[in-house]
Amino acid sequence: MSRPALADLEVGSELPEQVFRVTRADLVRYAGASGDFNPIHWNDRVATSVGLPGVIAHGMFTMALAARVVTGWTGDPGALVEYHVRFGRPVVVPDDDAGAEVTVRGKVGAVLEDGGVRIDLTVTSGGEKVLSLARATVRLA
Amino acid sequence: MALDRDLVGRSYPPSAVYEVGRAKIAEFATAIGEDDPIHRDADAARAAGYPDVIAPPTFAIAVTLEAANVVLGDPDVSLDYSRVVHGEQRFTHHRPIRAGDRLVAITTIDAVRTVAGNDMLTTRVDLATEDGEAVCTATSMLVARGAA
Repeated sequence: MSRPALADLEVGSELPEQVFRVTRADLVRYAGASGDFNPIHWNDRVATSVGLPGVIAHGMFTMALAARVVTGWTGDPGALVEYHVRFGRPVVVPDDDAGAEVTVRGKVGAVLEDGGVRIDLTVTSGGEKVLSLARATVRLA
Repeated sequence: MALDRDLVGRSYPPSAVYEVGRAKIAEFATAIGEDDPIHRDADAARAAGYPDVIAPPTFAIAVTLEAANVVLGDPDVSLDYSRVVHGEQRFTHHRPIRAGDRLVAITTIDAVRTVAGNDMLTTRVDLATEDGEAVCTATSMLVARGAA
């Protein structure tokens, strides 16, 4: 995929959508890699005891997947300089082989005066928005 | 239990040095399903203009999560951790984290709020090299949901 050029960008331009499948095995792997071993991300008994519908994905895992749409588009993960999300709704991950589906769409929200480009992300699972105010700023060479 | 507003601005002593390893970056990239060689292959990273493999943008959490535990261990911070969820997260990258970085974290309480019975605690972790080069600022808002 060719890298986006600043001069060609228009506000509203869409990034390629990506759909990610998230299983319990992914959560276990992410727990180990990130060091976040909160049992609500792997133990149904604990998750339901604190009022959750079941085991949920780490918000940070969903945030990481959403960033892949941005870094895949720029072709340079180091170009992402600012990234913010609000965790609106948990991604419930059932204990089966199918897991949950997370869909990430992005569009150019603004071209900033300093040359940065703000990408606005829409992240949904099961038709519901799971992240809100999800925005990344990238610097294109 | 409401959080004490006097906590705002409290800063904790610098963490021990965290040395970023290539294998840890690769492990994290695999965990998020990212196969870009820039996270695994130093030659690919150098070809892209970096001195060594760089970390994915949210890798910083693996360093800052541990550092921010200093807040959870502060006896003045009374949060019901069994009811804590992650509310918001921000990363500001001054430059990408890369293998070989020796990072020191300084954690500060940026804000405390209570909204509709929910305690909200915002902590900021500033990551810099041990030589003082700013690398990343990670800001996390935790919410302790009030008992229903």
